[in-house]
Amino acid sequence: MALSLEEVRRIAALARLRLSPEEEETFAVQLSAILGYVEQLGELDVSGVEPMTHALAGEAPALRPDAVAESLPPGEALANAPAREGTCFKVPRIIE
Amino acid sequence: MKVTANDLTALSLREAGAGIAARAISSRELVEAALARIAATDGKVGAFLAVAAERARAAAAAADARAAKGERRSEIDGVPVAVKDLFATRGVPTTAGSRILEGFLPPYDATAVERLEAAGAVVVGKLNMDEFAMGSSNENSAYRPCANPWDLARTPGGSSGGSAAAVAARQVHGALGTDTGGSIRLPASFCGVVGLKPTYGRVSRYGVVAFASSLDQVGPLARTVEDAALLLGRIAGHDPRDQTSSTRPVDDYLGGLEGGAAGLKIGVPREWFQAGVDPGVERTVRAALATYERLGAKLVEISLPHSRYGIAAYYLIAPAEASSNLARYDGVRFGLRAGGRGLREMYAETRERGFGAEPKRRIMLGTYALSSGYYDAYYLRAQKVRTLIRRDFDAAFAACDVVAGPVAPSVAFRLGEKVADPLQMYLADVFTITCNLAALPGLSVPCGLEPASGMPVGLQLLGRPFDEATLLRAAGALEREIGPLPAPSFGAGTP
Repeated sequence: MALSLEEVRRIAALARLRLSPEEEETFAVQLSAILGYVEQLGELDVSGVEPMTHALAGEAPALRPDAVAESLPPGEALANAPAREGTCFKVPRIIE
Repeated sequence: MKVTANDLTALSLREAGAGIAARAISSRELVEAALARIAATDGKVGAFLAVAAERARAAAAAADARAAKGERRSEIDGVPVAVKDLFATRGVPTTAGSRILEGFLPPYDATAVERLEAAGAVVVGKLNMDEFAMGSSNENSAYRPCANPWDLARTPGGSSGGSAAAVAARQVHGALGTDTGGSIRLPASFCGVVGLKPTYGRVSRYGVVAFASSLDQVGPLARTVEDAALLLGRIAGHDPRDQTSSTRPVDDYLGGLEGGAAGLKIGVPREWFQAGVDPGVERTVRAALATYERLGAKLVEISLPHSRYGIAAYYLIAPAEASSNLARYDGVRFGLRAGGRGLREMYAETRERGFGAEPKRRIMLGTYALSSGYYDAYYLRAQKVRTLIRRDFDAAFAACDVVAGPVAPSVAFRLGEKVADPLQMYLADVFTITCNLAALPGLSVPCGLEPASGMPVGLQLLGRPFDEATLLRAAGALEREIGPLPAPSFGAGTP
């Protein structure tokens, strides 16, 4: 399974990653090798096998009580914000 | 008799706690000895990313005041420990080994840290790790390399490399790490300490920087089995803040430790000795199995036919979950924000500058595996293989109480040896990864030194879900026979 540079760029865009041209080249090679390795899963017959969607089903309560509880005060939640205004996180303009 | 600082750092966690209880030593002395040991050795070892000396001294003073009043909170009250740098520690930098979290000061403590501190343990600092716990050698740390205290030219293993190195180098008496595919057991094996990955759900993941949420689990690294049991007992148990934490009562891990190995049925997977294990490692592991037989355990050959597909399944599932978990590092709410005039540019530039090569590689892999048209072929298939791997173990545990084998195919490899080839690095986890996929508890206990290299070898023990007590009992029986390893000498190598 060889990944083209074009595909690498498409995935990077989906993942909101900017890659340098060197990274694109390296990842095309390395990701192709890893995908080649995982191809071996194709050897197995998995028809009728349930996917493991819970690591240990039934161990933890599915729902917590619907009760009011204390949460992080806005000042503390905002303390690490790269930019803020009042009690909001500030981001660059979204709509031109 | 005068007690020197070296004597103090050599004490096990339990011995140190007992010394405080007897008022023979103080928490202040232990913490000062630990800080001095870190100052003297960490330039070479590189186990710490942050030392919180003043916070530790204040905690030690409080612990000594409690001891003076006869109000100690637990057996570990006043003993210096440290935690991997992905546990949130209120007001203490928490980076997960990544530049994207440089300067981040968590507004709360992780539950595991909160529980350690509630028991009185003194957290002296934050430990080095592979970026976002992605790696098997600690070489993916964005901050500094970490070396193996047994030979500074070798890796400590990863991703909890700093945790294992700090415990082995006598810098602290115990540590916490996390294990997603072997990240506690591999470094424990490489550094000659005990490392336990509990059953998924046994310890809360609240406040732990997430890598792959269906696999991540918190666990202790310590110099003795008893210390690992002691630490697990303090951190285990349900936490309403982690929806996957189990409500099962926590076993008395210390109480069962003396049970010995007589009558224990130990399953030895035939596949694990066919997969290119180094001869010196295989001999050391087989000698440990022979010791168990001498102690009255019964060895049973078992088969885990799907374990050879573990790495392939893991490298679809873990990156898929990581790509989702790491989406939160977008420059909006915390961590690095890099320029860019628009929102999209800000995301891309922040993530370009903030993430190192390995997180980028795994985000790419995960995004691909989850993307339209590939989900069924990759992610869903891997989840089905995960079921098959779990069924192998269910069948095996019908015939045995624990599964035993090597932790890794080799002793600690050399720094730089595998960095250029990610796939080779991934293969270091060939024996540890199925435990996470099956959500089982697993442990690494030192079983000797490999003759050719003089490096430690770990024996891996896997157990039934929530049967950590049997793992610890089995490990304790071996440790009593062969003893914990001596303190490492830092070897001849240079980093």
